[in-house]
Amino acid sequence: MSEILLKVENVSLGFGGVKALSEVSFDIVKGEIRAIIGPNGAGKSSMLNCINGFYQPSAGRIVYKGVERSAMRPHAAAAGGIARTFQNIALFKGMSTLDNIMTGRLLKMKRGFFWQCLHWGPARAEEIAHREFVERIIDFLEIQAIRKTPVGRLPYGLQKRVELGRALAAEPELLLLDEPMAGMNLEEKEDMCRFILDVNEEFGTTIALIEHDMGVVMDISDRVVVLEYGRKIADGVPDAVKADKRVIDAYLGVAHE
Amino acid sequence: MPPPADRAHDTFPKLLRRNANLRAMRVAMREKEFGIWQSWTWAAMEAEIRNLAKGLAAIGLKRGQTIALVGDNRPKLYWAICAAQCLGAIPVPVYQDAVADEMAFVIGHAETHIAIAEDQEQVDKLLLVAQKAPALTRIVFTDARGMRNYADPALLGYEALIAAGKAFDDSWLDAEIAKGKGGDASVMLYTSGTTGQPKGVLLSFDNVIRTAENAITFDKLSEADEILAYLPMAWVGDHIFSYAEAYVAGFCVNCPESGATVMTDLKEIGPSFFFAPPRIFENILTQVSIRMEDAGAIKRWLYRHFMAVAKRTGIALMDGKPVSAFDRLHYALGEILVYGPIKNVLGLSRMRLGYTAGEAIGPDIFDFYRSLGLNLKQLYGATETSVFICMQPDGQIKSDTVGIAAPEVEIKIAENGEVLVKSPGVFAAYYKNPDATSGAKTPDGYYRTGDAGFFDRDGHLKIIDRAKDVGRLSDGTLFAPKYVENKLKFFSYVKEAVAFGDGRDRVAVFVNIDLEAVGNWAERNGIAYASYQELAAKPEVYELIGGCVEQVNRDLAADPQLAGSQIRRFLVLHKELDADDGELTRTRKVRRGFIAERYAALVDALYSDADRAHISASITYEDGRKGRLDADLMIRDVKAAA
Repeated sequence: MSEILLKVENVSLGFGGVKALSEVSFDIVKGEIRAIIGPNGAGKSSMLNCINGFYQPSAGRIVYKGVERSAMRPHAAAAGGIARTFQNIALFKGMSTLDNIMTGRLLKMKRGFFWQCLHWGPARAEEIAHREFVERIIDFLEIQAIRKTPVGRLPYGLQKRVELGRALAAEPELLLLDEPMAGMNLEEKEDMCRFILDVNEEFGTTIALIEHDMGVVMDISDRVVVLEYGRKIADGVPDAVKADKRVIDAYLGVAHE
Repeated sequence: MPPPADRAHDTFPKLLRRNANLRAMRVAMREKEFGIWQSWTWAAMEAEIRNLAKGLAAIGLKRGQTIALVGDNRPKLYWAICAAQCLGAIPVPVYQDAVADEMAFVIGHAETHIAIAEDQEQVDKLLLVAQKAPALTRIVFTDARGMRNYADPALLGYEALIAAGKAFDDSWLDAEIAKGKGGDASVMLYTSGTTGQPKGVLLSFDNVIRTAENAITFDKLSEADEILAYLPMAWVGDHIFSYAEAYVAGFCVNCPESGATVMTDLKEIGPSFFFAPPRIFENILTQVSIRMEDAGAIKRWLYRHFMAVAKRTGIALMDGKPVSAFDRLHYALGEILVYGPIKNVLGLSRMRLGYTAGEAIGPDIFDFYRSLGLNLKQLYGATETSVFICMQPDGQIKSDTVGIAAPEVEIKIAENGEVLVKSPGVFAAYYKNPDATSGAKTPDGYYRTGDAGFFDRDGHLKIIDRAKDVGRLSDGTLFAPKYVENKLKFFSYVKEAVAFGDGRDRVAVFVNIDLEAVGNWAERNGIAYASYQELAAKPEVYELIGGCVEQVNRDLAADPQLAGSQIRRFLVLHKELDADDGELTRTRKVRRGFIAERYAALVDALYSDADRAHISASITYEDGRKGRLDADLMIRDVKAAA
């Protein structure tokens, strides 16, 4: 039996009168690529936000690595090995690709503020070690040519790649990707798919991703959970989900009597 | 006088041994990886190459066999050339961006058993190739990224290859190296095939080493030089400059981090010896011009002022002609304020020698670099002659000729204007193609270059076109299509041009706009566009290109021989000509015949009185899928200049 990395049990989330999630349960197994899909407003991003501690579920529990989390903050989630990217790219536009990815190493830096300001001795040695790690990510994502380019000047597809790089810099155990391929052309999507698969296989990183492109989802994920109006309507391997009547209805619409 | 030939070191493995003794601690090669320049001394590189040679022996590479090398300019692939030569095998570098079919032809024709691939992308292609070329049974990959799920028994990692080689001992390898002779085949390079299938040009060690020695003496290269190896390894120029000359002179070869980082790497390395085709020099100049247009008023003024000074004095200074003291001072000031900083930004500060070849270079572009004090030279060569046919001696450099015959090269002009060459670099034979071999040489042993040209008053060779392409209009006027096309391409707005006229009553051309230059121009003039196709169809763009065509006509009119071949009609193509669609060769030369067939509807329209034409053409995306592109194109008439 494969080891369960994260378990979501009966999670509900409300914003005032709006129920974003109601009693959603699923799990993420270590080493898999898990897709969360659903029509617009189904609660996918809310689900990711609950997982990385940005929202607190109003009911239900989330068990990560066997430990139930109560009132977790995002930085605690990050320290626990959860990293993510955002639907609307959230990079530091004025900073270079390299610096942006370096910020992903922040939680790994041991030296205090004083040493870092001094930028000498142990702090320097530490920065060199981190830089080396970041360079490996740059090599991995094939973004050497934009190493020193301010991120704001990059095309959208490359910004997405830099954001993935920053998430990888944290050496996450669980990587949450919120629409990693939105707004990309076919070629960029193919590249991104390859990177996601490579991250999963090469580093053994568990990945949970939200994506609208069904072709992509069915191709790369091991299991898919489908949400509609905040409820889970299907869960399983891509082929089973594809054949599920409720999923088809949710996507294609169904005539109301 | 050619130098006394170094006959004790008549193969590259022997030269490697010499360099490892003589220059053990000098850096032989660098590669940027993980953001840092990693380097190998000659001694370290020899050790790597010997290990690799033993590994190749372990997987059965034998004397006389070929081995294919597929990938970007990487030290391991350069080492593989020498490692194969240690064993007496023949390295065959393959164009790395070739699609599987093109690669299958080369690998099948060369009867290659073993291929070394850079990465997963190339491995995927080679696995397809192996289905068509069944002799290919071993694929070694140097980058293991993404390779973990491949179970094909043909695959072998670089580290595993080196480990397999441990079984062979050094004395055995020394004996293999000692068996190599100057007359042996050293490398096989496939010509890009402007017409028909590629041909495998077999060059011997004597061909390559003698030619490299001569060129090194001619242009005074030494072990202190540095070169950036960024052009395809399968191209003869890269093989001569980044491999042969580096081994003979003992200088350092730098491999860029990736194809996309070349300009950054160029700046970091600051090579002293730099080769680029005219297209790259043109791109750099376009970049500079665009950035200067965007600069502040003072900088713009400084740039204009000092570039004018440079144009007047820079070239004369470099050619050693008399220049007044005031102009010298003025130029020196420009060096501090403008030229130095520009060269620094471009990574050309330390450039002592630059070559350009392959196509004619625009006089404005050529003069721009020379006026900055960069010793840029044109050269004329071919794969079949181990590159060098003509070279430009210091102080006698003209933008419209390719210079005098290189050392030990004899040149004759045939009746039909074709340039014939005899030199130590002339190849022995095309591999498995005796018909082509005998067709390429005259009975008295001259190589037929296929280019038409003539010597000017100073004994410099001027090339006008391919001999077979030089045609006549229906009234008998001389028509050299490339000459016309090049004149058009000298404008930054024109990326490619294709001229028609042989056997017709007038000359007409297709023009490909340069997206960057025309796009920038459109932006400045408030012309909105969403795509290449839309921009190309703008009436304003037609006006712009029309202006260029009229200027070309004025230039042609000045030359009585060519005045009749002025351009009378033109159209702007809706898509960029592309090697993936077969419209250009891999070295980006237009395939005129193919284009004429593919766009027959447009050619017909050019020779009718229609002012519009419709075309539907298939296009190939980078990943090999096909699509269709439809367009309605305008056709414009142009007046001839008197």
